Amino acid sequence: MSILNKRMIMIILILLAVLFPFIVPNQYYIYIMSLSFIWIIAVYGLNLVAGFTGYLSLAHAGFFAIGAYAMGILTTKAGMGFWLAFILSPIITMAIGLLIGIFALRTKEHFFAIYTLCVGYIIYLLIDKWESLTGGVRGLIGIPPIPNIGPIELSNPVNRYYFLFIMLLLSIFIIYRIVNSLVGRTFIAIRNSEDLALSLGISTTANKLLSFVLSTFFAGLAGALYAIFIRFLGPEISSTIIMFDMLTYLIVGGIGTFAGPIIGTLLIVWTSQSLQFLEDYRMFVFGPLLTLIIIFSPNGITGFFKHLTVKRKMRKVSIPIETKKEA
Amino acid sequence: MFLEVKKLTKRFGGLIAVKEVDYTIEKGKINAIIGPNGAGKSTFFNLISGMLKPSSGKIFFKHQDITGLPANKIAKLGISRTFQTTTLFEKASVFENVVVGHRLRTKTNMFDALFHTPRYKREEEESKEKALEVLKFTGLLDVADQVVANISQEEKKRTAFALALATDPELVFLDEPTAGINPDETDKLSELIIEMARDGITVCLIEHKMQMVMQLAEKIMVLNYGEKIAEGTPQEIQNNEQVIKAYLGGSVSA
Repeated sequence: MSILNKRMIMIILILLAVLFPFIVPNQYYIYIMSLSFIWIIAVYGLNLVAGFTGYLSLAHAGFFAIGAYAMGILTTKAGMGFWLAFILSPIITMAIGLLIGIFALRTKEHFFAIYTLCVGYIIYLLIDKWESLTGGVRGLIGIPPIPNIGPIELSNPVNRYYFLFIMLLLSIFIIYRIVNSLVGRTFIAIRNSEDLALSLGISTTANKLLSFVLSTFFAGLAGALYAIFIRFLGPEISSTIIMFDMLTYLIVGGIGTFAGPIIGTLLIVWTSQSLQFLEDYRMFVFGPLLTLIIIFSPNGITGFFKHLTVKRKMRKVSIPIETKKEA
Repeated sequence: MFLEVKKLTKRFGGLIAVKEVDYTIEKGKINAIIGPNGAGKSTFFNLISGMLKPSSGKIFFKHQDITGLPANKIAKLGISRTFQTTTLFEKASVFENVVVGHRLRTKTNMFDALFHTPRYKREEEESKEKALEVLKFTGLLDVADQVVANISQEEKKRTAFALALATDPELVFLDEPTAGINPDETDKLSELIIEMARDGITVCLIEHKMQMVMQLAEKIMVLNYGEKIAEGTPQEIQNNEQVIKAYLGGSVSA
């Protein structure tokens, strides 16, 4: 039953997303929604390592920026073709992620968070100071737009919206398959207890590295999409502000839950839009919201609803559910 | 010898937690390690299961030197263990918790998971079947779909057993399997341990509940301050002067 419901919800959500440009034929809203899709991909990556594996990586904005700058530099300075650069950018991010992961994953818990926070800041400094490569504070301009695919004009905001939506669906599909496989269960076992995982014969070192590198892949992909969507890059995309934005999306939506990144990102991005008039005082809304969620529902909004359904099931449970086991 | 430990020593700075312990485990038997608090029992377990590296000494499993191997490799060889405090994933069901136990016998990687290859499907099935098998063995089928947070302490212990069994072990170390459990439930867990041995699994446990150990174990080793002070059958241990002095305090049935 619950699987059927989940599938229904998914189909409805996809339909809504497909119809969005027709329901709300407003250029600005389509722009915001497109941008949200990019953030969701990045947050999914963060969720993989921080949510499912239990390693809070605070270098994620840095990897996002690496993906974005790789795309920008390859197309503007190296004169590489668009699609080749687009494929290479996440791969470059992964390669750097692998190198950093080998060292970073020697630490645990708070130390890992602090270590990766520093890595993130170093990436920011590199982008900010390495002017000959990144353009420094002036930024990187002139990134080419997405070329047309056959007859489909991707300079059209609505088509671009669909392009990003397909990228998002692909990312979600990949994450879904990983999380719901033995690979994902291995990550969860590590989050749950590394000692137990080890004693179950799981190589925690290899699996943590896999999770970390995968998370950088999605950061890099989101970064590359951001670069071709905005077509201007500044060092601030690797800043801790972006990092903590992503983390807020994840925590509010539900860290370690599957729907969390979508719910958190859309909710905060859109509330943030409607509270535009408050300017920086918006934090007066988000700050307490975040605190309340961490105290009362550590797994965010998704976790809250899951908790409710489990409770409801509990009340109903008197006969053990046998059907599934015999099947 | 099934498992053979030679002059195993572990130092933590100036403290010697385990001192030149010689120990053997015979196949198919229930073995026990007892000793007062801080005697080095858990450290001894951690050394054999690879959670800690010994300072000196050797460990052989089926004549293979496993000294200093990482815990995950030792698990793959067929040595499994449980922990004093059960560390299960409270928000997932008993079944979901146990499924990952068979992971070490599977080879599914990222690509299998992404493309749902035949290997993925086969191993996914295998793991689920294994989970059901060990849940049946440990008598947990009725609660398989319950969230771990909602089951009893004794059922949690059984789940931890089930997890250890899902790795297809030949030798299982149980670190205080009945800690924090009432006498009735302790008996039930004892039965389960006997069941395991009957199934051909060699068991070695650390336990504080004397009565239980005396009934269960065929061979007991006593540790005190990291040193082996006695080894033998329950009768031999009960009558051993040194053991009575060090641990039992004169009263055997304490």
